[in-house]
Amino acid sequence: MSGEVRVYGGWRDDLGLRVIPSKRIGKDVYEVFIGPQHPGSGHMRIIIRVDGDVIVEADPDIGYVHRTMEKLGEIRGWIKPIPLFERMAIHDACNITLPYVRAVEKLMGVEAPLRAKYLRVLLCEINRIASHLYGFAIFSIFLGHSTMYMWAMGDREVFIQLAEELTGARLTHSYPIPGGVRRDIPQGFPDMARRAVRYMRKRLEEYRKMFLENPVIRSRLEGVGVIPKNLAAELGLVGPNARGSGIAYDVRIIEPYEVYDELDFEVPVYTEGDALARTYVRVEEIAQSLRIIEQVVDWLEKKPREPIVDESIYKKYPPLHKKILESQGRAKLLPWMATMKVPAGAAIGRGETGRGEIIYYVESDGGVNPYRVRIVTPSARNVIAFKYALPGHRVMDLPAIYGSLDYFPPEADR
Amino acid sequence: MVEARERAEGVVGPRRYEEVLKAARSRAEEALRAVGVSFSIEEGKGFVDLVVDVDSVVRAAEALKAAGFDHVVSVTAVDYPKRKQIKVAYHVTSYLDPEIAGGIVGLAVYLPRASPEMPSLTSVWVSAEFMEREVYEFFGVHFRGHPDLRPLLLVPELAEKHPLRKDFVVREESIYEGVPERVRRG
Repeated sequence: MSGEVRVYGGWRDDLGLRVIPSKRIGKDVYEVFIGPQHPGSGHMRIIIRVDGDVIVEADPDIGYVHRTMEKLGEIRGWIKPIPLFERMAIHDACNITLPYVRAVEKLMGVEAPLRAKYLRVLLCEINRIASHLYGFAIFSIFLGHSTMYMWAMGDREVFIQLAEELTGARLTHSYPIPGGVRRDIPQGFPDMARRAVRYMRKRLEEYRKMFLENPVIRSRLEGVGVIPKNLAAELGLVGPNARGSGIAYDVRIIEPYEVYDELDFEVPVYTEGDALARTYVRVEEIAQSLRIIEQVVDWLEKKPREPIVDESIYKKYPPLHKKILESQGRAKLLPWMATMKVPAGAAIGRGETGRGEIIYYVESDGGVNPYRVRIVTPSARNVIAFKYALPGHRVMDLPAIYGSLDYFPPEADR
Repeated sequence: MVEARERAEGVVGPRRYEEVLKAARSRAEEALRAVGVSFSIEEGKGFVDLVVDVDSVVRAAEALKAAGFDHVVSVTAVDYPKRKQIKVAYHVTSYLDPEIAGGIVGLAVYLPRASPEMPSLTSVWVSAEFMEREVYEFFGVHFRGHPDLRPLLLVPELAEKHPLRKDFVVREESIYEGVPERVRRG
């Protein structure tokens, strides 16, 4: 495929700033409601206006799975929001909660020990692969490719079991806590992880043959839903959607958190900006995450075990808790954490989830509850892409564009 | 297709975030001074807020946009009932300018809580459109000149109550709430 960009839609290539006005219904324009129930990733409605078969306007209508995360975050203390927030995207739990934990850590002035940082990165990358595979499965079923759906969902199980081995829970791990993590790796984990990595590498090769180079799939994705670089920047798209449009931006490199600056990995960037480019970014990212898992597991195996919580917290552990931590590698939460107070101030914590950058603005007034938690999830930032990428396409392209954006309603609605 | 892949390290990093933030901050301050907008600074951990007057917010936003801050990461509103104010901060950063890419600078205003109103910045930053709608429904801030100001996540009845304001109190329900007395007794 050449690097040429085909331009469709309600914007021009020179762009400028042109907000598409809403509600401009003309003669012979039909309004079609797609959703909120559809065979996709959850509840979300797109109201499209079509002239014949061509979409002239799209209005993403979201909020069907709004769960008041920001309000609940203000009344439940500092620890309980962790299991709450991971409900936004349960298959990406560690990536979703880690930035919140880091923002709280910044306010508290504690830092996770090095081993805990490696453990966090390990689970983040396992989650990232699982999240991409989940997105892939949904994408494939959108396109009517049910084999790929089965494959991706099946292979996701490998990484879910890996996460279960590490944390004790398949999906909602609640793994990072302010000052550390809750478990060290169990015996035999490194070999299990290496086996999963070897397996997934082989599978990626099969994905390529079966899906990415499948002429039917390519004809549905190539040159479809093109978002040029400038438009992607204007819209503030994040994650694989931005990187598929040539924006080299990844929080793991922009603001290297935990131990990402010590690891060797690449951030794949494609310049085409179409649905196929976004798909390729995700496949490449799975391959890079596999590399990271290998490096992290090697490090964890080589280095001696140490407490996986910050020293200031470890000091307060009663002897029984210390014993459990040393013999089983489990860090118990201390009762005072449920009612702890966090010094006043505001902090922004951010991280790269499977779907892109997530931002938490956490403000404390020195009390037992956060004063304000503002959450901006990647899907909440990507949703505006529907409004700009859909016009100019035929209705049959809608599932392909939707799937390629990897939009996840529960995450966007919060 | 694979050839188009670049090693992103060569493009943006690796670097220390503190330095990027410093560069972004001085860039923003210069931009505001150049257009003669006075501002005060509020420090945060991992970002900085430049607080300006409501009357000069559009000029300030245009200056920041021209200085390379190309998208909004969050329109963050905070309610301060004691001070009778609502703070609205546009946290912006850059994708296309590698020198300041990722550094988060906030353009903030304080609005009177009784009638919070400010000009919409969607015409400057397209990426603010949906986030302004969110602040509108959750805090009742009216954005003048917004192309399509209506609730985004909430149903209209709930949006009228502006649930993220501090005086909207979430009442804890008991387990048997709404269950008739005879059923409750078993």
